[in-house]
Amino acid sequence: MDMKRAYYEDIELFKSGTILFWTIVFLIVLFTFPLYLSDYSLYLLNLIMVYIIVSVGLNILVGSTGQISLGHAGFFAIGAYATVLIMTKLQIPFFVAIIAAAFIAAFFGFILGLPALRLEGPYLTIATLAFGLAIMHIIGHTPFFGGRAGLSAPTLDIGIPQIGLSWILETVMSKYYLVLAFTIIMVLFAINILKTRAGRAFVAIRDSDIAAEVIGINLTMYKTLSFALSAFYAGIAGGLFAFVLGFFDPFTFNLILSIIFIVMIVVGGLGSVMGSITGAALITYLMYDLFKNVGEVPFVGSLLIKVSEQWMTITGMDNFNYIALGLVMIGIMLFEPLGIFGAWIRIKKYWKTWPF
Amino acid sequence: MPFGQLLIDGLAMGACYGLFGLAVVIIYKTSEVLNFAAGEMAMFSTFVAFHVLVIYGCPFWLAFIVALVFAAILGVAIEYFFLRPAKNPTLIGLIVITIGAQMLLMGLASWKWGAEQKQFSIPVSYKVTYEPIPGFIISEWAAAVFIVAAVIMTFLYFFFQHTKLGTAMRATQQNKHAAKIMGIKTDRVFAFAWAFSSVIGVTAAMLLSAKTILDPGFMMEPFLRAFAAAVLGGLMSIPGVLIGGFIMGLIENFFGYVWPAWKPITAFVVIVLVLCVRPSGLFAKHYVKKV
Repeated sequence: MDMKRAYYEDIELFKSGTILFWTIVFLIVLFTFPLYLSDYSLYLLNLIMVYIIVSVGLNILVGSTGQISLGHAGFFAIGAYATVLIMTKLQIPFFVAIIAAAFIAAFFGFILGLPALRLEGPYLTIATLAFGLAIMHIIGHTPFFGGRAGLSAPTLDIGIPQIGLSWILETVMSKYYLVLAFTIIMVLFAINILKTRAGRAFVAIRDSDIAAEVIGINLTMYKTLSFALSAFYAGIAGGLFAFVLGFFDPFTFNLILSIIFIVMIVVGGLGSVMGSITGAALITYLMYDLFKNVGEVPFVGSLLIKVSEQWMTITGMDNFNYIALGLVMIGIMLFEPLGIFGAWIRIKKYWKTWPF
Repeated sequence: MPFGQLLIDGLAMGACYGLFGLAVVIIYKTSEVLNFAAGEMAMFSTFVAFHVLVIYGCPFWLAFIVALVFAAILGVAIEYFFLRPAKNPTLIGLIVITIGAQMLLMGLASWKWGAEQKQFSIPVSYKVTYEPIPGFIISEWAAAVFIVAAVIMTFLYFFFQHTKLGTAMRATQQNKHAAKIMGIKTDRVFAFAWAFSSVIGVTAAMLLSAKTILDPGFMMEPFLRAFAAAVLGGLMSIPGVLIGGFIMGLIENFFGYVWPAWKPITAFVVIVLVLCVRPSGLFAKHYVKKV
C-alpha cells in the first residue's frame, strides 16, 4: 500500500520503530491476559487464536493466490482427528503428532490442488466444497475415527511421556500459552513466506495466472504449494482446536464452518495477514459470545425478547446469531469491500495527508 | 427395490434438482453471480406458503400464488438492496454477499417459525401410485414433478430464444457494457433474472418439501445437489442443468441403494471426477479468457 523504494523495505518485518514498539507492547499485554481474565474469556481467546491460524492460512490461498476454497473445514477436521489419533493410537508425543497431522493435511491439500490446476471460479468452488463434505462424511461413517459419536481429546501432555518426561497442561491458562505460542510462530511464518520467492509467485498467480506462467512461474508447483501450505495451517489449527474444545464430532466441521472461515478473511481483508487476524477475532467474538448471548445484552436484549414474543417465536431467538452475522457480511461487502484492513489503510491515508 | 422404481425415483429427484439448478443457472447466466442464497430464498417462500395454508387456512391455490408473488418480490429485493449497491464486486465478494443473505433468511425463518419440522402437503402425494408398465411404479408426485419440469423448461427455452427480454438477458450476460449501449436497462434485467430464479426455486422447493419435511434447513442439501447439477451441466446451458440434475438423481439413487451410508457424497465425488476431465462442465461452450 505504501511505496517501496528498496528491496530491503519490502522484506523488513517492522516498517518503523513505532510499529516494533507497539507490537512488543501488544505481545506483553497478550502474555499478561491470564492474570486478570476469567477462564471463559481465556477459552474464547483460545478459540479466536485457533481461528486466526486457520484464516491466516486460508488467506494465503484465497487472498494471495486467488484460488477459492469452501472445504477448509475438511483440512481442519483432518488436523484435529489426525493429532488425536496419532497421540492415542500410536503413543507419540504431542508436538510430533501435531506436526505430522499438519503434514497429512498438507498432503490432502496437495491432492486437492491438483484438480484446482484446471478449475477456476464456480467450478473450483464446487470441487473444494465437495472435498469438505466428503471428509465430514468419511469421518462420520468410519468407526476407526469415532464415527458419529465423535472423539474426546486425551490429556494434553506436551512433554515426552514415553521416556518419563511428562508436562501436562490441564488449565485453560496453560493451554492459552501453548496456543499463543503456536499462533505467534504461524503468523510470523506467514508474514515471512509472503515476502519470499514463493509469496511473490502466489501474488503473481492471483493477478494473472497466464502472465505469471509467461514470466517463468511454475503454475503446477506454486498452486499446489499454496493449497498444501494453507492446508498445513488448517491442520495445525485443527490439532489445537481438538484440545481447546476437548470433545468434537464430525458435524463440528460442517460446511457452515468452511463458510465462516471465508467470511473471516473477507471481513478482515483479503491478502493481508493483519486483516485475517482482525477478521477472525471479530467474527469469532461476534459468533461465540456477543450474538450467542444477545438476550443478556442490556436494552437490545430485552427489546429482542419483546419482538420475539410479539411476532416471532421465543425459542427461535438463538437464530439472531445468523441474522446479525449475515448483516455484518453484507454490510462489509457493500460499504468496505476491502474489509477491515481496507478501512484501516483508508483512515491511515486520510490522516497522513490531512488536511488535503 | 426393483430397477424400475429406482430409475423413476432417481429421474424424479433429478428433475427436482434440475429445476432448482435452473434457479442457480438463470442468475449466473445473466449476472455471473453464484447465488448461494437460492436454497434459503426458496425455503423462506415455501414457509410463506405454509403460513398462508396452515395458519390462515386458505386453499392451496391461493397459498401457491401468494408464495410465487412473495418469491418474486424477495428476489427483486435481494438484488436491489444487497447486490446492486456493491462497488466493483469480485467473485468472492459476490459469494460472500449471497451467503450473507442466506444466513439472514435462515435466521429469520427459524426465528419466525421455529426450528421444529413441519408438515407441508400439496395436492399431489407420493403415496398415490400408478403402474402403467409392469415394474415401473410412478407416483403422483413424480408425475407432477415431470410435468412441472417440462413446462418450465419449454417456457424457458422459448423465453430465452424468442422473446425480447430473454434476448436482453443473454446479451447482458455476454457483455454488460455493450448491452447498456444498445439501450438495454441492465439493472432491470438483473432484477427480472432474480425474480424468475426465485419463482422457479420456490416451485421446486414446494415439490421437494412435499416429499421430505419442512424446516428452516431443509433446502440446504437439495441446494448443494442442485448447484452441483448446474456445475455439471456447465452453469450456462438450460438443457445442460436438467441433464446434470438427472445424472445427479440417478447416481444418488442407484449408489444410495447399493451403499446407503455413502449416499450423501457419491454424487459429489462423481462431479469432481467429471470436472477433472471437463473443467467447465459437460455442456458449456468454452470461452478462452483474455489476458
